[in-house]
Amino acid sequence: MVRPIASTLLFLTLLFAFWFNQALASEPRSTAGLGVVIERATGAVLIVDRSTHTVLDQVEGFGDLSHASVVFSDDGRYAFVFGRDGGLTKLDLLTGQIVGRVIQSGNAIGGAISDDGTLVAVANYEPGGVRIFDADTLEHVASFDTGAKTIGLVDVPGRRFAFTMWDSGETWLVDMNQPDPEPLIIAGMGENPYDALITGDGRTYIAGLFGEDGLSLLDLWEAEPTPRRILPGYGRGEEPLPVYKMPHLEGWALAGDRFALPAVGRHEVLWLDSRSFEEVGRTATHGQPVFAVARPGGRQVWVNFAHPLNDTIQVLDTATGDVIHSFQPGPAILHMEFAPRGNEVWVSVRDAGKVLIYDTETFALTGEIAAESPSGIFFTARAHRIGL
Amino acid sequence: MSRTVAALCLILCAAGPLQAGETPLDTAALERLVLQDCGSCHGLTRKGGLGPDLRAEALSHWAPEDLAQMILDGLPGTAMPPWRALMTEREAAWIADYLLATE
Repeated sequence: MVRPIASTLLFLTLLFAFWFNQALASEPRSTAGLGVVIERATGAVLIVDRSTHTVLDQVEGFGDLSHASVVFSDDGRYAFVFGRDGGLTKLDLLTGQIVGRVIQSGNAIGGAISDDGTLVAVANYEPGGVRIFDADTLEHVASFDTGAKTIGLVDVPGRRFAFTMWDSGETWLVDMNQPDPEPLIIAGMGENPYDALITGDGRTYIAGLFGEDGLSLLDLWEAEPTPRRILPGYGRGEEPLPVYKMPHLEGWALAGDRFALPAVGRHEVLWLDSRSFEEVGRTATHGQPVFAVARPGGRQVWVNFAHPLNDTIQVLDTATGDVIHSFQPGPAILHMEFAPRGNEVWVSVRDAGKVLIYDTETFALTGEIAAESPSGIFFTARAHRIGL
Repeated sequence: MSRTVAALCLILCAAGPLQAGETPLDTAALERLVLQDCGSCHGLTRKGGLGPDLRAEALSHWAPEDLAQMILDGLPGTAMPPWRALMTEREAAWIADYLLATE
């Protein structure tokens, strides 16, 4: 009778000791305040803590991270990093370990995760098309060979994806609820679409065009969406300037009742009415915009610029379209990422080897972290947004 | 003897990269430009992206002068912009040689 009690006590003591050790070794942590910073030249990723402005870990082994992008698992624990070299890498933000990696093509451009968090899709230049993987295991699930450079891949509500071809101007819609999905092919998006976005409500897909002045819009609530041209001929016949860096439409967001978007080959931000998609104004800017990103809530739009004018950020007031603040954080500003409620913005300054953090109300510098050629910055709040 | 030295100097000076009155190229800045800014479209490893493969082997059939010309004037009808406003002909020639010589 005594012996079972003693052994039970011993077992409980050991269990407690084990638990206590574990608790000491790692405080429980949430990922909601975390994010990642791409170190472009060295193929590494920093795991950062947004609230303390600190680097928690530096993880290597991601391959060629030029033009890298990131999506997050639905629980915010894992980052899926898409590399230029076709690498798809799954990073555990809590342990700092790479838990899966596949080289899924020779040359990739970006990715997306399905609304239910089960599928990760990657858009490829070479061979062109989209490949879809199981988010848990990174096992291959489906392939869509488009035979063309594929851009503008986004998640669409209803376990769907949309993507567009640079060469052919087609947009494909795939419904992954089907056992053997047949893409719905929408032709006539326009000449050389370079990037696309889906609005935060998941309804409108808009492709920017490099080969002509204008953008193309699809209403995804329609059973068979047909392209509608918006801002046709916005350059008004002027010769466009050489484009040293393609603008990005991702992050392009509703700002009040207007959208702001970067013009291609022009020193302008264009404003669109969010219902009619008619032009309602333009803002002359410092250079050719790369990102024109709305601060969450839409009160301001922050703009960075293409080489060689890429040392400057301008902040536009949404209500008036005026430039209300202009400053020079440093050489080669590549990306801006807002805290989910917009109080701060993180800015990667590639050639200064820094990420700088600013208060969006006062524009004061509030923090700085060192990073090797930083480019994209991605916070886990993206896990719960359509199209990010 | 001294004539040989003088002749040698003449040859070396003529063949050297630095002509009289020219400032030296900032090759570190040019190398960074190739890596980072050409890399935007052609990839950091130059394997290609929106723009084609720029690795030495893929370019081996090009003459350096033609490459330099393409850099300066761009390729109309494609996304390759003219870089003439941002660099000198010497710098474009250096980049062309660099692309052909560097893996």
